[in-house]
Order: sequence, then C-alpha cells, then structure tokens
Amino acid sequence: MNNATNNPSSGAAAVAPPTQPGQPAPYKKVELKSDRPTWCPGCGDFTVLDLYFRLCERRQVTREKITSVSGIGCSSRFPYFVQAHGVHFIHGRAVAFATGLSLSRPDLHVFVFSGDGDAYSIGGNHLEHAARKNIHMTLVVMDNNVYGLTKKQTSPTSPIGFKSKTDPMGAMDTPTNPLKKLISAGATFVARTSHTNPQHVLQMMERAMDHRGFSVIECLSECVEFYPGAFDAANPRKGGQFTLIEEKKKDGTPEDAKRHDPSDEVAAYRLASLPFPGVFGVFYQVNQPAKNDKEKQLIDTARAATSNAPPLAVLQKTFDRMK
Amino acid sequence: MSTTNASSSNEAVAPNAVPIKDAVIRIAGNSQDGIQTVGELLARLSGRTAQEVMSYMTIPATISGGPSIYQVRIGSDHVLSVGDVVDVLVAFYQHSYEGHISALRDGGVLIYDPDQVKPNLEDKRFTYVGVPMTTLTIEAIGGKGRDKGKNMFLLGLIARMFDLNLPKLETMLKDWGAKRDASTMEATMNAFHAGYGFDIGRMGQNFRFIPNEQRSGRPLMVMTGNQAMAYGLIAAGVRFGAAYPITPWSSIMEIMRAELPKYGGIFLQAEDEIAAVCAAIGASYGGRVAVTGTSGPGLALKTEAIGWAVMAEIPLVVIDVQRGGPSTGLPTKMEQSDLNIAVFGGHGDCPRIVVAPRNVEDAFYISIEAVKLARDYSCPVIILSDQAIGFRVEAFEVPDLKALVQEMPIDFTPRGADFKPYEDTPDGIPHHAPPGTPIANNNFPILSGLEHNEAGHPGEDPKFHVVMTAKRRRKLQKLAEKLPTPEVFGPAEGDVLLVSWGSAYGPTREAAEKSIAAGQPMSALCIRYLNPLPSGLGKIFSRFKHILVVENNDSGLYGYGQLAAILRACCCDARIRGINKTDGLSFKVTEILDAVRAQIS
Repeated sequence: MNNATNNPSSGAAAVAPPTQPGQPAPYKKVELKSDRPTWCPGCGDFTVLDLYFRLCERRQVTREKITSVSGIGCSSRFPYFVQAHGVHFIHGRAVAFATGLSLSRPDLHVFVFSGDGDAYSIGGNHLEHAARKNIHMTLVVMDNNVYGLTKKQTSPTSPIGFKSKTDPMGAMDTPTNPLKKLISAGATFVARTSHTNPQHVLQMMERAMDHRGFSVIECLSECVEFYPGAFDAANPRKGGQFTLIEEKKKDGTPEDAKRHDPSDEVAAYRLASLPFPGVFGVFYQVNQPAKNDKEKQLIDTARAATSNAPPLAVLQKTFDRMK
Repeated sequence: MSTTNASSSNEAVAPNAVPIKDAVIRIAGNSQDGIQTVGELLARLSGRTAQEVMSYMTIPATISGGPSIYQVRIGSDHVLSVGDVVDVLVAFYQHSYEGHISALRDGGVLIYDPDQVKPNLEDKRFTYVGVPMTTLTIEAIGGKGRDKGKNMFLLGLIARMFDLNLPKLETMLKDWGAKRDASTMEATMNAFHAGYGFDIGRMGQNFRFIPNEQRSGRPLMVMTGNQAMAYGLIAAGVRFGAAYPITPWSSIMEIMRAELPKYGGIFLQAEDEIAAVCAAIGASYGGRVAVTGTSGPGLALKTEAIGWAVMAEIPLVVIDVQRGGPSTGLPTKMEQSDLNIAVFGGHGDCPRIVVAPRNVEDAFYISIEAVKLARDYSCPVIILSDQAIGFRVEAFEVPDLKALVQEMPIDFTPRGADFKPYEDTPDGIPHHAPPGTPIANNNFPILSGLEHNEAGHPGEDPKFHVVMTAKRRRKLQKLAEKLPTPEVFGPAEGDVLLVSWGSAYGPTREAAEKSIAAGQPMSALCIRYLNPLPSGLGKIFSRFKHILVVENNDSGLYGYGQLAAILRACCCDARIRGINKTDGLSFKVTEILDAVRAQIS
C-alpha cells in the first residue's frame, strides 16, 4: 500500500491549526533545531530526527503543544536536539513518565523516542501496560539490534549468532519480536518502518500522530558503528527488499480481498511473524477509547454528581460526614 | 482508668456510674467477628462526643480469619498513646482470654462469654463479668443467624457500661446500616438493644466520662492516618497520583482513586512501583505536584527515579507508610526503619526533603506542607508515615478548610530572554517551566538526569558538576534556615531530653508528662523535618545531660538508631544515645520510662 499519507488530521486535539488569532506565525523546521546531534555520522537516528522536524512543520504543532520524552541510549539523546520542551529521563521508564504526563496534560501531544534496549528490554513491562491501557502518546522505537551507547552489547532484538562484546561466540537467545509483543499486549496502533525510506517514516509518523491512543512505530535505524549492514536485506539500495503492506481499500474489488486489514489482529500477527526483512507499514490499528478519554468520562460523571462544586465544597461535604 | 469525683449532668441515668477521664478497652476475638466495626464505631462516637480517642488493631497475617484485636482508648483529655494496660478486656474465646489477660491491669474488668471462655476465677486481681453474648445475641435476633451480630450486642453492652451517647450511637448505626438490607439492619438493632438492655452494673460497674471543660469548642472529627493523608493531599491541590498496591499504603490510593475524580483528578494504578513513581514525576513535570506512595520495598524500587527528580529539580511527593523491614519483613506491623533510605537512598549526592507526621492529625497537615515544600523548592519530598499512624483512628479538631484548601494552577508564566532553567542563583531554587510555557529566548528546557549547565545542556565538564551539586544542596540549606526549631515540652533544661520522630511522638510525650507528674522532670521534643534538620537542635541538646532518641528501629552496629546516628553526625554530641525496639508495636510509655532509667543509671 502506498496511500497512507492522505489521512486527515482527525482526533489530534493537541495539534493546533496552522494559524489562529494570537498564535505565532508559522514556523520552519529549522527553528526546531537545537544542539548539534552527537550521533555518529551515518546513524539512522538522524533521519528520524529530521522527519520529526518535518512532521512538526507540516502540522504546525507549536512548541508549546508537544513534548519529546526519552529514556537512555543513543536514540534517547533525541530531545536535546529538538528546540521544544523535552525530557531525558531514566533508562527504560520514558513510557511510564509519558503516561503521567499524557494523563495529566490533555493539551499536549507526547512523543516518546526510544531504542530497542530502552523499550523492549529494561522498559518492556511499561510498554506492555501502556499498550493495554491505551495511553494517548506516540512511541518511536529506533531499533538498531545492538546496544550502541555502551559500545556493542547484545540487545533484545539482536539476531541469534550476532557477535557482540557480551556474546563473543554469538548471541544465543531468541530475539524479541516487538510487533508480536505489542499486538498481543493490546496496542491499538503498531507500524514498522525503516530509516532508509524517509518518506515512509514520515507517513507512519503522521498516521501515528493522528491515532487516538497508544501508537508505536518500530523504526529500523542502523548503527553504522557497531552493527553496520544489519538491515541491508530491507534496503533496496543495498540489494534488499522494502515490501510495503497493502491495506484494504474496501472497494469491493477482487484484488482487495488479498489486501491486509489492519484491524485483523490475527492477520497482523501473521505479518509480524514473517522472517526478516518482513514487511513495512501499519500492521495493526483499531479504534478503542484511550484511557485518557475514559478517565475524563469518570471525572465528568463525578463532577456532575457534585454539581460541579468547587474543591472546598466537595471536601467540606466529605469532612461533615466524618464528624 | 483514672477516676475522679467530678459530677455530671446525667447522673440520674446511671446514678452509680463512676466518673472517669480515660479508659482503655480491648476487644479480642477472631477477625470475622466484626470487632473492627465495633471499635471503629466506638472511636467515631468518641470523636462526636468531644472525647479524644486513639485506636489500635492487629490484623492477622492470614488472608482470612485468625485472632484479631481492636483496642480503643477514650479520654476526656488529650490521648497520646493507645494505652499500656487495658481497663476493660472483652474475650470472645478461650484463646482471646489466654492471649490478652496479661494486658489487663490490676482491678480491671474482664467481660467474657461463659459459653466459650473458662477464666481462672481464682485470680483475684480482676473483676469477672460473664455475659453469654452468643446465646443472648441469638435470642435477640430470633435464632436466625448463628452468632453473627454479637459484635453489635457487645457495642450495646459497652454503650451502657460507659453511659455513651445513645441517640448519637443509634444515628451512627443507622448510617452504617444504610448500605445493608433491612433484615440485617433489624437484626443489628435488635442485638444492639439487647446488649444495651443487659445492665452490666449488676455485676460490675458503670462509668461515665467527665466532659472536658477546656475544649476550644471546635467540633472533632475522626479518621485514620491514611485517610488524613489522602484528604490532606486533596486539600493541597494534588490532582494526580500513581501507585502500586502495597500494605499498609494501599488504602491511601484506594481513597484517592475514589475521591480524585470529584475534583477533576486521576489516580493511576501503575503496573509496578517504578512505573508509579515515573508517572507521578511525569505529571509533576506537567506542572502540578503529583504524588506516589508505597511502603519500604516500594521505596527501594523508586529510588532511582527519585534521584532523577532531585537531579532535574522536579517537585514530587512520595509517601512511605513504613512497615517492618528489610525485604517483605513485617507487612502488617509498624516500624520506623526507613529513615535511612528516605534520607540517603539512591546513588550519588542526592539531597531531598524528608518529613514525618507525628500523629493522625499531623498526617493531614504535613501532606499539605509537603506539597508546598515540593513546589517551593522544586524538589522531591518524602513523607515518612508508618503502619501505626496509618491504621489507627484518632479524633482531632475539624481543620479550617477555608484557609487550607488550595488549587494548584499550572504556572505558564512566559520566560524572558534571560531564562535559564538551572540558573546558579544564591538560593539555588529553580522555577520549573512546565511544557506549554512560552520561552522567549527559544532556549527550551530539556530536563535531564545528566549533569548539566545552567541552560540545562548536558556536559561532563567537572565544573558543572561542582556548581550544580552545590546548588542542589544549597537550596535545602536555605530551607533549613527557615524551618522552625522544634518546641521542647517540659523544662528547657535538665537531666533528660527525649527526642522522637513520627509515631514515637505520642508515647514519648506521655512518658515525659508522667515523669513530670511523678516529680521527676523530663523533657520531650519531636522532630517533624528530618532532612534537612531544623537549625537550633545543638543548642537545645546542650542544655540537657542525656539526650535519648526514641525510635522503632534497631540500635544498629554502633549502638544508635537511625535518627540518633544522624543527630550524632550533625551535632557531634556524644551524649546522644538511643532507645530502640523492633517488636513491630508502638512504644509503651512504661517501656520508655524503664529504658530511660536503665540508660541514665
């Protein structure tokens, strides 16, 4: 499928329209640039950073409406390179941090930038629960199949046989399959892309941003220093295959029957089971209420029951019962 | 039970009632007997009739069933501890009698069920009152439900015995029964009235509490420490919390989960302790101080994230309702052994604020104060409560909510051209710019766990680390200067000064009062701010010969408990010693007095 770019920006309450009275003039992505990235030349993360700038420019998300949150790792240096509010949190817990931020600040769109170690290893538990709770945020995992910041140790996505400093004889453990993990955990938007196809990365980012709930993009991002060539098989310029998922158009044509229905969990799981390089695009997407919205409903009901009384009156009433 | 000769207006009702100022009642049975309900209703009634009250209960370690007690101390004067000895013991079973008769004071009253208990009547120290509670309850209810309802029979019995306010008690029972079906309620009232009608005065003695003339007139309210803390946070404007269930913290999160939506807030049950603290930090970063809470094992898990909040200078409130440790320890027993992890826990030089409430009332006020401190100093604040404060019921004057309740609007004040998130100011206190804040110089803050410069940019230049480490320390030194010096109860100088923190306050203060009353002057002081410590302590200590720190933790490798060791380190005073114990129970007044005698002789 190649038609993913044209989704209207529905549901993204956090995204301000380009110009409103009193709002600053439209800005260019160059204004979002901050510290010079400290990544190695050729690192795949540069692509993701540049596309994030393009996304913000295209959507004219004001810098007061986004927050970039990260954990620890090469990819997690991300927020320093973005001229907007950001947080460089502790290892593996960026999603947990973003959960609190997203629930308490409905006016923001929270982006989390993470890596395979941060998201799938030390932070694996948080990923699973943010997924099942459907916390509204966008998580971009820059997966390089290796620990880069600590200089070449085995990561949860390193393939069997990969020789690292912690597995000099070759990795022996079955790598995690993040897509299957996310689908089974109940994530409501799961996509896969690669830094070698910037246009596709941007498409996925836009669709993720428009998704209400927990959206995850697994983005292959090559580590040129410690695992060069890891993703050549998915890169047409290196003789590989970048196969796109063709999504159902629901046009009733016979060829449509063969296309992928992203709301079909079993089909998504089957696609996620394909051997590397597999396929790219949206594996799974369903509309389910985000926890943010369910909590809001709870609040609205509870506030209505108090006839929208101010805090003092509500607490006074509770205390009167305890006298 | 202290008796006096003062008279009371309702003498006609119980002409032979002995006027008393204080009574300790212990009900011993099994956990399914509903004795907790009786205890709580008694405690609540006492508060409503302007008596002070403190309760104590044991929960069996088993999931359901097992021996259990509820002890309630009711007093016309202030009640500082739950009472060393029991005036009235109610024993439902032989094991209740055998397990608790040693707590009954000489001259005390044993109320027992003769169908279940065979007391040693030869022991002439006690008054024995056999009341066939099981049989009479079944008769009163009409033979329907086994012995269910005997707790209500007992409540009636006690109400008559202590001449409690019957109309108020009946109202409370009706409130209590509002959620129950009509037949249960009818049985409850029948059992209660049967108990009330059973005039114990024929066999034992009736009593009447002397009204306290000195009361301010403000009505009292009754709640547990955990309730007080939850409502304190709500009053302070906290609208987001995240936690993971753990005894004895859980009831705070249960209350907040139910209450916060009424105020527009959210309480998140997180997947683990770490996620809970991280989500709370995320919400705090959003601009309103958020809370997480736990008990010891959870605090251990949260320390790394708390370190981030110290480094990034983000406000946060962390509650630790302490229990016995280390590891799973004693989940249902009190201890004060988390002071070290609260003050020092985590890696690196990591200054944070630590405070401890001294009773249930203080649990309410200290929560409000903790939120303010977190905000004013952009720093995590750990509140060290404990199982004893958390679970017991106390009466205290209704707080002036109008003066206390606050909202916490997010401060989106635009930051000017000279904005630096971590400016090295003389007081070292930063002012967090939450996401959404317009930043005029486009130098948006990236909050970081890496050491950073004033602009918040990371760097390994050691000079940043020197400046920023000093800055984070300095702001707490500024706070220490502003903290009030603790008041000394009793003589300002003398032989013995008892120092306490947290729930050791009550029995410590009562020990000093008793000693003074016995003609042996003794002073007491309670420290609420544990890190940083208030200034002026050394000066106070210098006026006493012996400084004894009373705390429920081990005397340690070198002979001092956790606070004692900190005080010795910061006051360089070798006269500071400890009175410690680790049996999972609050100090008894006599234990403290005995230990003082042993230490100073």
